[in-house]
Amino acid sequence: MSRLGRMTRRTFLVTSAAVAGGVAFLVRKDGQPVPNPLEPGPGETALNPWLVIDGAGVTIVTPRAEMGQGTQTTLAALVAEELDLAWEDVRVMHGPASASYYNGALLALGMPWKEYAASRWQEAAVGSTDVVARLLGLQVTGGSTAMVDGFEKMRRAGAAARIVLVQAAAARLGLAAERLRTEAGAVIAPDGTRLTYSDLAEAAAGIPPPEDPPLRPASGWKLLGRALPRTDMLAKVTGTAEFGIDVRLPCMLFATVRMNPRLGGPMHGFDAGAARAMPGVVEVLDLGTGFAVVATNTWLAFRAADTVRADWGAAPYPADSPAQMQAIAAAFEDHPNATLRDDGDMADSTGNEISAEYAVPYLAHACMEPMNAAARLDGERLDVWCGTQAPMLVRDHCAAALGLKGADVAVHTTFLGGGFGRRGETDFAVIAARVAAALPGRAVQVTWTREEDMRHDFYRPAALARLRGRVAGGRVTGLEARIAAPSITRQMMRRIAGFAPPGPDKTLLEGAFDQPYAIPNFRVAFIECFLDELAQAAGRDPLELRLELVRPEHAPSAAVLEAVAEMSGWGTPLPEGRARGIAFCHSFGTPTAEVVELVQTDAGIRIARVFVACDPGTALDPGILEAQMTSGALFGLSAAVMGEITFAGGIAGQGNFPDYDALRMNTAPQVAVNILQSGGIGGAGEVATPPAAPALANALFALTGRRARRLPLVHDFAFAL
Amino acid sequence: MAVTLTVNGAEHALDLPREMPLLWALRDALGLTGTKFGCGIAACGACTVLVEGQAARACVLAIGDVWGPVTTIEGLGRPEALAPLQRAWIAHQVAQCGYCQPGQILQAASLLAETPAPTDADIDAAMSGNLCRCGTYGRIRAAIHTAAREMAEG
Repeated sequence: MSRLGRMTRRTFLVTSAAVAGGVAFLVRKDGQPVPNPLEPGPGETALNPWLVIDGAGVTIVTPRAEMGQGTQTTLAALVAEELDLAWEDVRVMHGPASASYYNGALLALGMPWKEYAASRWQEAAVGSTDVVARLLGLQVTGGSTAMVDGFEKMRRAGAAARIVLVQAAAARLGLAAERLRTEAGAVIAPDGTRLTYSDLAEAAAGIPPPEDPPLRPASGWKLLGRALPRTDMLAKVTGTAEFGIDVRLPCMLFATVRMNPRLGGPMHGFDAGAARAMPGVVEVLDLGTGFAVVATNTWLAFRAADTVRADWGAAPYPADSPAQMQAIAAAFEDHPNATLRDDGDMADSTGNEISAEYAVPYLAHACMEPMNAAARLDGERLDVWCGTQAPMLVRDHCAAALGLKGADVAVHTTFLGGGFGRRGETDFAVIAARVAAALPGRAVQVTWTREEDMRHDFYRPAALARLRGRVAGGRVTGLEARIAAPSITRQMMRRIAGFAPPGPDKTLLEGAFDQPYAIPNFRVAFIECFLDELAQAAGRDPLELRLELVRPEHAPSAAVLEAVAEMSGWGTPLPEGRARGIAFCHSFGTPTAEVVELVQTDAGIRIARVFVACDPGTALDPGILEAQMTSGALFGLSAAVMGEITFAGGIAGQGNFPDYDALRMNTAPQVAVNILQSGGIGGAGEVATPPAAPALANALFALTGRRARRLPLVHDFAFAL
Repeated sequence: MAVTLTVNGAEHALDLPREMPLLWALRDALGLTGTKFGCGIAACGACTVLVEGQAARACVLAIGDVWGPVTTIEGLGRPEALAPLQRAWIAHQVAQCGYCQPGQILQAASLLAETPAPTDADIDAAMSGNLCRCGTYGRIRAAIHTAAREMAEG
């Protein structure tokens, strides 16, 4: 265990700020101090919650989990930029579970307004959401929010630390601070004397940091704006990166879990006689709605679990996919419980009406690393090791499950082998905590089989959309979209907070109502596919129609459409058997447009090329952004082509990758990315996903003349897979 | 009944059932966690190791059936002594979540051992069994070409 690992493990024993080395509180702009959750050991100084200095240099504590999106690299670069660190010297660790690492940008995502047009009262409301997020202590990685939340916060942490380090050097040298400069982790005097931050840290900790340190303008950036080498790359190509599943502790036992595959259903009983008789099986535990097998290795636990005969109760939902879709369709007969945009009345619009119904299935997250966590209960103290997007929720839910106080639970966040929102849930950690509680003093790692993972997901809900539109004189005069689906935010908030917030659920309609299209009589919208249908009915080019609708509303959105058109050669002729489709989405603060180019081959339809143009405001790391856009587009295309969870008898029909696959080396398209920068900061993690499916569907229409109105597309189109 | 395995040059006598998959012997008995569990049925490639230089899916290969010396990601190269493929992976900044990458790198090592200058079609054929949910395929392809060039130049 590394020195820093020790430090975070001890963090939860801290009850006051009086710790070795001294702790300065970083003061926020609003005057509220952010308590420092770090407990430095001898020779270590935590100048604020985001950085620790010891004899070897500076370690940046990133408040967000690394699940592939590169967030820890860019968050560290924000601090290093202001602190003047040499990039090769930067070390990074994930911080402990602490409300100090709240994500102020996350709750704003759930607010019901058009995100591209935040007005002053809306900003004020976001400000208060920020306060709520702090109260809830949402130390969450998700919603493409890390840079929006961290852009100022992390730079302020670096700038404030730099100022007190310079002041400490000035005092030691008897020189005015203005005469000193900083470079590569040291303060430099005019005569060349070099004092490292390590030398100065302890003295600097005694100096109150400035409340509002000045930040460097983008024109002076040395690290930001460049494609930096990722801080996690070396570990990830040498097998030395520690994911949750890789945690190894002294005398550790290995376990697996089987919960009722009819989600939420009861277990009436189980017979584990054969499992208990297997040499190496330590324990079979009753978890109420399932059981866990603890053994001396994971394979043995899997095999023993296979021999257990459980009497599973029925699912508390319609057992089969057709019945589930009927229940969703029935919601159209009810009064809508959310109308997020209503700019007029469809009845007032004129022209020819067209309508269409779209259907999307349940989707699994299918992280490459199956769900898992390790835990150990020592007396009243619980340690939990896992890859999590929400360490504070892990802490609180594990504490509640064991009847402990939150302060008695330490969460050690590892790398995440994929998250996609699945690791914002806490079920895997709570199960590990409950298993560990049955074996006090022993560390137990609970690893799910792939089948257990896929059949116990929090699925992206299936949905139906009914759209009506009117066109007259080559223009779109009216559009109405009605969407029926189980709510995401309500389900999630019930799990997180025990209640569902009132009001419409914006996350369900993300990318639907809040698009900058100016259409008279715009009721709740959705519909990148339907816009293509309207364009066809109006006799218009899909790009031209979008530009006409977008330009008066939001210039950066028009610019990404123009950029993607130029990259892809939109409008230029393609050879026979090739076709393009376009789509656009403004999500997580970043307008993103995509063109998909298809080719008809003898083996079926291939996705040949994808073009992505996005505007995240400021390209903090163009290399990571390019990777994220590619990643997001492929994720969306995989889901659109083949992603589907169906239910029979209450159980998901897909349990492993042959049944729930994704694009692979031989089927993935080439992806080209163009990053525009209109200023400000938008999200990056997921923004390329929403436009991928509609761009593909629109390209399929261009290629085949058939509209793609249900996903996954493999049901209606022959792909070369 | 001990099973003897040679892993990364070291010989191990393991008191484990012969039918135990190599993956779990590596991870849970030898503590070599660089080899990953993804699916358990040879459908994703995350557990890929080399046996006598040839790619094998450790999740379905019983330790009693291992026919030669095993190389895992830890044995291909170390942080202070990287293999050409690992250097190329860094040069192209391939990994995102990184979970599938040890398997990707060892699959690529197997490809280059047989086909030192692979075409894109060779790469498609050799690598399509290795799933990456982050979609790093473009950078993997570029890194394989880079490593092939470096290895050809010696």
